[in-house]
Amino acid sequence: MVPMSDPDTDVEPPRGTPVGRRIVLGMLGLGAVGVATGRWLSDGVTEVVASTAPGLANVLPATGGFRIYTVTSGYPEYDPATYRLAVNGLVRDELSLSLTDLAALPQTGITKDFQCVTGWRVANVPWSGVLLRDVLDAAGVEPAGAALHFTSFDGVYTESLTMEQGMAPDVLVATSMFGAPIQEKHGAPVRLYVVPMYGYKSLKWLSGIEVVRDVIPGYWEQLGYDVDAYVGASNGRSDDPVV
Amino acid sequence: MTLSSDRPASFVRFSTAERWVHRTLGILILILIATAALLFIPDLGGLVGNRQTVRMIHEIAGFVLLIPLLLALLSRAFRDDAGRLNRFRPTDWQWLRSRDRRSGRIPVGKFNAGQKLNAAFSLGAILVLFLTGTMMFFSSYFPDALRTGATFVHDWLSLAFIVVVVGHIYMAFNDATARLGMRTGSVPESWARREHGEWATEELGSPVVD
Repeated sequence: MVPMSDPDTDVEPPRGTPVGRRIVLGMLGLGAVGVATGRWLSDGVTEVVASTAPGLANVLPATGGFRIYTVTSGYPEYDPATYRLAVNGLVRDELSLSLTDLAALPQTGITKDFQCVTGWRVANVPWSGVLLRDVLDAAGVEPAGAALHFTSFDGVYTESLTMEQGMAPDVLVATSMFGAPIQEKHGAPVRLYVVPMYGYKSLKWLSGIEVVRDVIPGYWEQLGYDVDAYVGASNGRSDDPVV
Repeated sequence: MTLSSDRPASFVRFSTAERWVHRTLGILILILIATAALLFIPDLGGLVGNRQTVRMIHEIAGFVLLIPLLLALLSRAFRDDAGRLNRFRPTDWQWLRSRDRRSGRIPVGKFNAGQKLNAAFSLGAILVLFLTGTMMFFSSYFPDALRTGATFVHDWLSLAFIVVVVGHIYMAFNDATARLGMRTGSVPESWARREHGEWATEELGSPVVD
């Protein structure tokens, strides 16, 4: 920092220059700039990584990859042969659907963004499976059924939707993601994908759909997140909606 | 001071307070790095799950980190060493640039320039990580853009900091005497003369030539 200077004035300050302090203050300054501009920087990094080395997205922070949240230890185990999705509650016919049964129902593909309430977003994720409303139609919802209660075979995670939200043509009982069966960490073998809402509504490791009278707030909702979790219009966030 | 027989075989490098600060900070930082890895690497986090608990441990360790840092300021020895770490002299830049920096040609005080840079970067990183982490903890008080900005800085700086911490541990791994100094507080004169000649002269006088 300080040049060695010319011989006449070569009196070095006895204690030296406070480089350490400058580094610390400089980092605080850069940190503040980073916080102020991070949103744009982070979008830029995501774009560069996506267009040059998509594999990096799984390793580097905030570069467009999924982050995996579980509410219990590890990923719950299942046997594809004995897995059943129970549909019960206020329905005409209670169902117990195997993976084969689900594959026999009309299949729908949806390619949309996945937006997490903690800020990350994965663009254009191809999902496919059975529309929730096709599953509900197969069971026959009784007139009193005004809400849906979803349970996960991890034993803890639950979610909710109103019947109106659940009947929309953008709520999927998903069995495939990126053209392959859903991975364990993403909720294998079956999960929800609720297009217009934050990720926590898209319950993983789905094992039960119960038709109920009133909305029962789910796991994250009991921890304070909004029940009606529309992207960009809930949880105090202003992300671009997913439509 | 030339009476070599009067000199102890080893002499004090770090006070008890400094060593405790180093130890508690080190443990907390290792906890923070381990929990960060669980929160961040999907396949690792999947093994342990319980995200809420892991996250809580990370948050608690992050806030507790401030305690040893603030208590350290009460220690005279810590403040003196912080002053030494802060100040760079022209010889420090020479030392960094030189290829023979381990030869002892360029005088090194109690801390070499690498240690000074490590200390400054680490303190800066801890402060920025603490502040951005606090923003993430109280995220509902901040607009989206700042939340995302804080997360961005926290994520990338923590990666850089982990690299520096690993480097710090690697350097210590290669110098048993330096580790002894941090563990017991004392180092032998021969080590001090070799690695921190100017400091040894300052503390013990000029080396005796038999």
